[in-house]
Amino acid sequence: MALAKRIIPCLDVDKGRVVKGVNFVGIRDAGDPVEVAKRYNEQGADEITFLDITATHEGRETTVHTVEQIAAEVFIPLTVGGGIREIKDIRTMLNAGADKVGINSAAIHRPDFVKEAADRFGSQCIVIAIDAKRVADEADGRPRWEIFTHGGRKPTGINAVEWAIKMVENGAGEVLLTSMDGDGTKAGYDLALTRAISEAVPVPVIASGGVGNLDHMVAGIKEGLADAVLAASIFHFAEYTVPEAKAYMAARGIEVRL
Amino acid sequence: MSSSSVAVVDYGMGNLHSVASALDKVGDGVKVIVTDCPDTILSADRVIFPGVGAIRDCMAELKSRGLDEVIQEVAAQKPMLGICLGMQALLENSEENGGVECLDILPGAVKFFGNDLHDSAGTRLKVPHMGWNNVAHSIEHPLWEGIANNSRFYFVHSYYVDAPDFVAGTADYGVQVHAALACENVFAVQFHPEKSGEAGLRLLRNFLNWDRPTASFFPVSD
Repeated sequence: MALAKRIIPCLDVDKGRVVKGVNFVGIRDAGDPVEVAKRYNEQGADEITFLDITATHEGRETTVHTVEQIAAEVFIPLTVGGGIREIKDIRTMLNAGADKVGINSAAIHRPDFVKEAADRFGSQCIVIAIDAKRVADEADGRPRWEIFTHGGRKPTGINAVEWAIKMVENGAGEVLLTSMDGDGTKAGYDLALTRAISEAVPVPVIASGGVGNLDHMVAGIKEGLADAVLAASIFHFAEYTVPEAKAYMAARGIEVRL
Repeated sequence: MSSSSVAVVDYGMGNLHSVASALDKVGDGVKVIVTDCPDTILSADRVIFPGVGAIRDCMAELKSRGLDEVIQEVAAQKPMLGICLGMQALLENSEENGGVECLDILPGAVKFFGNDLHDSAGTRLKVPHMGWNNVAHSIEHPLWEGIANNSRFYFVHSYYVDAPDFVAGTADYGVQVHAALACENVFAVQFHPEKSGEAGLRLLRNFLNWDRPTASFFPVSD
């Protein structure tokens, strides 16, 4: 009898197809996003995240249509990220049926964008998406993570923990935290990073990047103090189902929605 | 039911698409009208009063469109379902935005969870209260029909309802959240039925089938 930790399948979508790359290269096709979303809904996923990695304008229109189709059939929360750069992009996605939007690089270019978005649409629908990598330790020996853009290739020099605090102060209602070191590797979440950010902000934190097995999900919550865990390939390629993941977590004392 | 209509009040506060599409899904021919037109709202058979965002903007938008009086009128005469901010707006006042007077249709106040929220075991709780929590039925009610006690619903809110009366359901999140209120023809929920999977769709279907207040408002424990 308590708030459940959420399990969130993530659909990386390129030009209308679900894909998943290892460290964003070597992309494998994983199906039609509407069908994939319906399948996860039927399996009892707590939420669905849809990450648009399409580079072209035409592709983005496909994305809006796909979000509309998912929202007409799936009655659980839907977060859409990727390419959210202006207020009108947020309005388009919310009108298409998204409940929340993830803002990533647009916030780095213009930190006030998150504030304007939260003021306009409410914090409850603004997710700050953070892509971070471990870099050289601080002078006092503490670990340091920095924000990277362009699929992890471009450093920004911004301290990830400080950035999370600032974006939440600007009105973000949730943090989607992706370890770029872990993403696609199946080596597990960066637990120290997840814990550092979860302890630093009052809002929920979603751990992402690196899940390879169900123990990683358990660790993300118990050691990383994440409020939700996100995974893509382990679900897409049917290594585990959502109910298997939930049963595994429940057996280890984690409150889940069964 | 096929000839009946449900108005979803559109006052510029957030995403009504999901509410409307969930009603389309369960409505079985019910006409779903998303509108800010007072006459259309008043002529519908039943009314849904949704809302996300902040209460100050909510009240300002309602007043600027003349919808505050329309909601009062609806609350006095036909089945109405308030959702999330639409629930909070029905109460006397809210602590959000430095204190805002609300519609005062139901007794009670809307309070902040605070920045130092913990569960009974001392674990820190995040705010907003975001995700799937159990809702315990405080009364039997037609809108709970077919929904198991303690079913999980999807919540997302930083302020919670504390009402002295008419509590229909509760959730536990460091404090006791009055997750549902029921008073005659008005039902109000803090969670989002349109985002709560099968349980939420069932509640919406129950609302569309709810013709008039019944006399069955007695505590479950009796």
